[in-house]
Amino acid sequence: MNDASHDPSLIERAAAATPAGVSRRVRGLSDRAIAWIFIAPTILLLLAINIFPLIWTIWLSFTNYRANRPNAPIRDIGTDNYHAILTDPDIWAAMQATAHFVVWTILLQTLIGFGLAWLINRKFRGHGLWTTVILIPMMLSPAVVGNFWKFLFEPQIGLFNYATAFVARVDPSSFEMLGSVKLAPWSIVIVDTWMWTPYVMLICLAGLRSIPDYLYEAAEVDRASSWRQFWSITLPLALPFIMLAVLFRAIENFRMFDMVNLLTSGGPGSTTELASITLKREAFEKWRTGFSSAFAIILFVTVFGLANIYVKALNRVKQR
Amino acid sequence: MSPSSAHSVVEPGRWSRRVAAVIVVAYALITMIPLLWIFLTGLKTPPDSISYPPKLLFTPSLEGYCNLFTTRSRQTTEYLDSLPPAASVCDDIARKRNMVIAGPSNFVPRFVNSLIIAFGSTALSVLLGAAAAYGFSRFKVPLKDDLMFFILSTRMMPPIAVAIPIYLMYRELGLSDTKLGMILLYTAVNVSLAVWLLKGFIDEIPREYEEAAMIDGYTRLQAIFRVVLPQATTGIVATAIFCLIFAWNEYAFAVLLTSGEAQTAPPFIPIIIGEGGQDWPAVAAGTTIVLIPILVFTIVLRKHLLRGITFGAVRK
Repeated sequence: MNDASHDPSLIERAAAATPAGVSRRVRGLSDRAIAWIFIAPTILLLLAINIFPLIWTIWLSFTNYRANRPNAPIRDIGTDNYHAILTDPDIWAAMQATAHFVVWTILLQTLIGFGLAWLINRKFRGHGLWTTVILIPMMLSPAVVGNFWKFLFEPQIGLFNYATAFVARVDPSSFEMLGSVKLAPWSIVIVDTWMWTPYVMLICLAGLRSIPDYLYEAAEVDRASSWRQFWSITLPLALPFIMLAVLFRAIENFRMFDMVNLLTSGGPGSTTELASITLKREAFEKWRTGFSSAFAIILFVTVFGLANIYVKALNRVKQR
Repeated sequence: MSPSSAHSVVEPGRWSRRVAAVIVVAYALITMIPLLWIFLTGLKTPPDSISYPPKLLFTPSLEGYCNLFTTRSRQTTEYLDSLPPAASVCDDIARKRNMVIAGPSNFVPRFVNSLIIAFGSTALSVLLGAAAAYGFSRFKVPLKDDLMFFILSTRMMPPIAVAIPIYLMYRELGLSDTKLGMILLYTAVNVSLAVWLLKGFIDEIPREYEEAAMIDGYTRLQAIFRVVLPQATTGIVATAIFCLIFAWNEYAFAVLLTSGEAQTAPPFIPIIIGEGGQDWPAVAAGTTIVLIPILVFTIVLRKHLLRGITFGAVRK
C-alpha cells in the first residue's frame, strides 16, 4: 500500500512523535495510548490470576511444601518431585487411564459426529431444528449432568442398565457400569461421547458446508463414483475441520475432571482415575503440594504444546 | 428446495434424504432420553424414583422440589398429631412421611451465588474482553499473535493445576470462599474467550465506519461508543451468553475453592442426601432448575454456537 494516509505504521509513528499533551488536545487520547489502555487490564488480570500462580507453582514444584502445614519449614529438594513422578506407578496408571479415555472418546465422537454431520448435510426437511436438539447436551453442566448419569447407571433401577438389559436380553442386575473394574472405564467414555459428539458434529458440518458444489459437479461430469467422491473430495476437504475438533476434544479430555469426578471419583480402585483426579487427590487430599505442583507443571507443558498445535489448526481453518 | 426446481447433480436423492432424516431424528431422540429422565425423576416420589422396573407412568408429586428447598426432621406420630393442619403442600408431603419441615435448605443461597458469580464475571469479562478485542483488532500491537496465543492458552490449562496455586494465593489474600474471588477467577478464564470471540466480531465491522466518524470530528473514543459498539451488539450478546454458560456450569474451581459462603449450585446439587442415600428426586429437581436457563440460552445462541466453540475462528 503506497497511499501514505493508509499506512498504519506511519500514522503510529506520527502519533508517537506528537507530544502527548498536544495529541490529547487535538484528538483526545492518542491511538497508542488507547491501545494500551484497552489491552493492559486483560493482560494484567491474566498475569495476576494465571502467570503469577504459574511461577509460584514452578517454584513449589522444587520444594517439599505441604499446604496443610503452612508453618513447617520449606525445603528445596531440587528435581526430586519430578523424579518421583516419572517413576511413580500410580501416575503412570493415571496416564494410562487418561490415554484410554482420550483415545476412545475421540474415536467414537469423530466417527459418530462426522457421520451425523454427513447425514445432516443432506438437508432433509427440519434438519435445522434437529441439529439444535442434538446440540443441547454439550451446553449443559458436565458436573450436574454427569452426577445424574450415576443414577442412570444404577444396577436394576437405573434406566441405562434396564434399557441395555432389555435390548441385550440379559438380567439388568447382572452388570454394574460404575462398580466393575471392566466396565467403569467404558461408562465414562459413554457419558463423554453422549455429551460431546454434538461438538464434533457441529464443526464437521461447517467443514462439509465449506466444500464448494462445483467440485462435486465436476466429479459427476467425470463420472466419479460417490465412493470415490467421498474419499477424494469430501474427506480431504473436511479434514482440517475434523482435526480442529479432534485437537480441541483431546485438550478438553486430557484435562477432564468434573464429569468423571462425580461419576466415579476415579473408582473402582483407580481404574478411572484420570490425571486431573490423581492431581486433585495429591494436592487436596494428601496435601503433597510440592509433588502435585510438579505434576501440574508436567500437565501444563503437555496442554501448552497441544494448544500451540490447536491455534495453528485454527488459523488454517480460518483461511478457508 | 421446491420439487419443481431444476435437478442438480449434487442434490441428494429423495430416499437418501429420508434415510438420513430417520437416522438423525432417532439419534436426537435417544440423546434426549437422559434429559427427559431428569425431568421426570424430579416429579417422582423417592420410592417411585427407585422402583424396579423404572416407572414411566407415575402420579406426579412435588416431593422432589419440596425436598430440594427444605430440610426436614423426623417426628413421632404423637407429635405430628398434636400439630395444627399442614400449612403448605410441602408441609403436607412431609407429614405423610412422618416428618416436619425444619427450615429452608441451602439451595436458594447457592442458586443466588451462582447468579451473582455468573453475572458478575460475565460483565467483567465482556468489558475487559471488548476493550482488548478492539485494541487487537484495530491497532498495531507489538507481539500481537503471541499475546493472542497467550490469552487463549490460559483457558486451556487443567483447572486442578490452576487451582493449586490459586488456593494458596487466595488463602494469603483472604479471597478463599468469597464471591469476589470466584468472580475474578471466572473472569480470568472467560476473558480469553471474550477477547477471541469479540475480536472476530469487531474484525467484521469495516474500519471505514470509525474513520468516517473521526473525519467528522469524533474522537476515537466517541467513534467507538457511537459507531463500533452499536454494530457489535449481536457479538457482545452472544459472547456474554457464552461467558454466562461457562460460569454457570463450572464445577472444578467451585468445588475446590468454595465451601459455604460462595458455593455455587453445581457443587451443591450432588451432595443433596435424603434418608438412606441420595435423594434422587430432589437432585433431579435441582438439576432441572439449573439446566433450564442453559436450554433457553442454547436455543437463543444456536446461530452463534459454532463461533463460540471455536473461539470465533469458524463462522459458517
